[in-house]
Amino acid sequence: MKRRFVSLISLSFLLFSALAMMPQSRPALAQQPTPSDDEVNAIAQDLFCPVCENTPLDVCPTEACRQWRELIRQMLAEGKSEEEIKQYFVENYGARVLSEPPRTGLNWLAYLVPPVAFLAGVFLLFRAFQTWRRMAREAAAEAGSGSVPAAPPADEYAARFEAELKKRK
Amino acid sequence: MFIEFGFYIVVLAFALALFAVFAAVRGYLQPSDRWVESARRAMFLTFPLLLLAASILITLLISNHFEVQYVYSVTSRAMPLYLKVTALWGGQPGSLLFWSLLMSAFATAVSLRKWDRDREFLPWVIVVTSVTLAFFLSLIIFFENPFARWWQTPTGDFVAQMFPPKNATLTTPSDGEGLNPLLRHPGMIIHPPMLYLGFVAFVIPYAFAIAALVTGRTDDRWIRLTRRWTLVAWLFLSLGLVLGMRWAYDVLGWGGYWGWDPVEIAALLPWLTGTPFLHSVMIEEKRGMLKQWNMFLIILTYALVIFGTFLTRSGVLSSVHAFAQSAIGPMFFGFIAFTFVISAALLIHRWKTLKADGEMHSLLSREALFLLNNLLFMGVLVVCLWGILFPLISEIFTGQKVTVGPPFYERAVAPLFAALMALMGIAPLAAWGRSTVQTLGRAMWKPAIPTLLTPLVLFALGISNWIALIGFTLVAFVIFITLHEYWRGVRARMKAQGEGLLTALIRLVSRNRRRYGGYLIHIAMVVMAIGILGIEVFQTTTQQSLAIGESLTLDGYTIRYDSLAQFPHADGRFVTRAVLSVFKDGKFLQELYPRYDLYPDGQPMTIPGVRTTLADDLYVVLVNWEDVSTMQAPFKVYHNPLINWLWIGSLLFIFGYAVAVWPQKEVA
Repeated sequence: MKRRFVSLISLSFLLFSALAMMPQSRPALAQQPTPSDDEVNAIAQDLFCPVCENTPLDVCPTEACRQWRELIRQMLAEGKSEEEIKQYFVENYGARVLSEPPRTGLNWLAYLVPPVAFLAGVFLLFRAFQTWRRMAREAAAEAGSGSVPAAPPADEYAARFEAELKKRK
Repeated sequence: MFIEFGFYIVVLAFALALFAVFAAVRGYLQPSDRWVESARRAMFLTFPLLLLAASILITLLISNHFEVQYVYSVTSRAMPLYLKVTALWGGQPGSLLFWSLLMSAFATAVSLRKWDRDREFLPWVIVVTSVTLAFFLSLIIFFENPFARWWQTPTGDFVAQMFPPKNATLTTPSDGEGLNPLLRHPGMIIHPPMLYLGFVAFVIPYAFAIAALVTGRTDDRWIRLTRRWTLVAWLFLSLGLVLGMRWAYDVLGWGGYWGWDPVEIAALLPWLTGTPFLHSVMIEEKRGMLKQWNMFLIILTYALVIFGTFLTRSGVLSSVHAFAQSAIGPMFFGFIAFTFVISAALLIHRWKTLKADGEMHSLLSREALFLLNNLLFMGVLVVCLWGILFPLISEIFTGQKVTVGPPFYERAVAPLFAALMALMGIAPLAAWGRSTVQTLGRAMWKPAIPTLLTPLVLFALGISNWIALIGFTLVAFVIFITLHEYWRGVRARMKAQGEGLLTALIRLVSRNRRRYGGYLIHIAMVVMAIGILGIEVFQTTTQQSLAIGESLTLDGYTIRYDSLAQFPHADGRFVTRAVLSVFKDGKFLQELYPRYDLYPDGQPMTIPGVRTTLADDLYVVLVNWEDVSTMQAPFKVYHNPLINWLWIGSLLFIFGYAVAVWPQKEVA
């Protein structure tokens, strides 16, 4: 039982971290004189301008954002890579232009706190289960028989339902 | 006179709420039924008073009283009547008044019930609801007064105040600013009241929980008394969220329904504690366990309800500095801290009396699986809460502003929701008390076969995205298991009672509404998941500038730009509307009319042209933020597979909910 639970935890943790490390796929950018809207938007959708709260750059209607998109287009035409373009915006406008905090310094807290809190929850729940099971065993031992404790009154409806099913078989 | 009257009524309601708190506490301490009764009547009075105040504000809204600042800021002469009425919740001060009105209505409704053997709860239910009401009314009176008017001071400045500054004269602007065009949409008109109904209804179970803690009557009575309230709150909150999604999809023009905007998340937070609460109270009712946890959950839900209102109302989200400048922010913060600390102290005080009566026997019992469900919901909550708070924390401690956007949430939340879906399949099969692998296996093997076939079939059909394969398999798992449960019940009835299929189904459901309605809600949830998976995994998009007669292609669709028309609308907006023809495999399907409206105040509104089928949506936006001309116009096209199932799922959800809570006439 314990092993199953532990493997459940590790499985969910694996899933969690696997997704965390998933590379963000992006179509390869073709070199051409004027990059298309799609190529510009592929980068713009991961950027946020400092003025329009929480609106990604690719769908932001303000004039400032339009100029940013043109800037991206220009830089793409110059042959700059996605990384270089994003780096340029971070250097000029700060880390907030990125859709996620950069993984440096204190920002690691953003990524570490939720999984740590979740694992703490898993641990607490696991401890609680252990305590309950011990209590159940002790209660059974006190009852004298030493056998498994009698099943608690199960869902009344389910019991009747199962009984009916059996009767009819 | 009329306007001042509205304000004084609010002040009177505030005084009555304070009196109700005082009288209820005094009545409890003495103890004196007369004081408690007096508190109850004071509470009753707040409702007609606030209804009158709201009516006065609505009258001002529809009669163009632009000397009132609130009326000026949310209405204009050109607005139709229904929008003027609903402008009641179109801005901050009106929203707060509306919130207060709902609070007093619910508080009144709950104190009208027969209290007989639960009389000891009454004073504390009054205290909690009245304190909450008084808090919101104080915000109206001292900070966000919907009745404030425009005054011109001798120096020529315009100020908005309730009472005239010295030597100032009342000013009436000739027209108002009008409601933000983005809010002039049916979804946005119903969405806020739905959310507020959900928010406010959760105050009632919280009030009973506090009453149970104070009085020490900590059996599951408070849960049984408030089950309906919890369900009502949950329904409205869920509907509010879905309507918000629909509004975003129809109006915001970015091809999606959920952008992980902090304002959206703020509304989701109470849902993330309310939903596990709804489940884990069943454990307390059936097995006498988790009393402390349920108390904690409802306390947290209340805190998040206030926090959610606070987040959207204080300006804290845009910057901690905006928070410091707004008077309302620190008030909210203080109120949340105050109520949370008191509630937590009460919970700790009663901790021992809330010990469980039953024990957990098996990791596969239904209560154990419910606990796992609680854990997963708490996981989602932590991610969401942390995602909202981290930018603020970062700004305070390092001065660096950061954005926590969609990738952060999606990555963390997706596996948790996947695990929740798996639980949705397994938990209904597990018995209370204990289940073994054998009993679960017996109940599961039949539906497991089609479930396991699902990914194979999908793979054969050409779907190779592993997230989609896992997701759809889980969807199939829940649907097959739930249908099988229905079938087992129906078959048993058909054999035992000799009933026909339909009769057996109807009788089965009508005798166990809560169970089978709940199952329907589970199915509705995974049907919604189909839509979410479809758009999240398979959405494709392209943006191209087309000359008339030119076309673009996306996922097998060809979209041709036919013409563009620009014309003024009667209500003052200026409409730019494109006509597009959609083809598939060379066959003409239909025309689409994406457009954008420019409102007199310069606000644009982008309305996509959408072709919607059960299989997919073709969602075309006329990109008004680039250069649009009659000859050449940019279009952004989204192909959103399966998104319709999100809305179908929500309709099914309402149906399942109705089945679950419909008053049960015959007792089985």
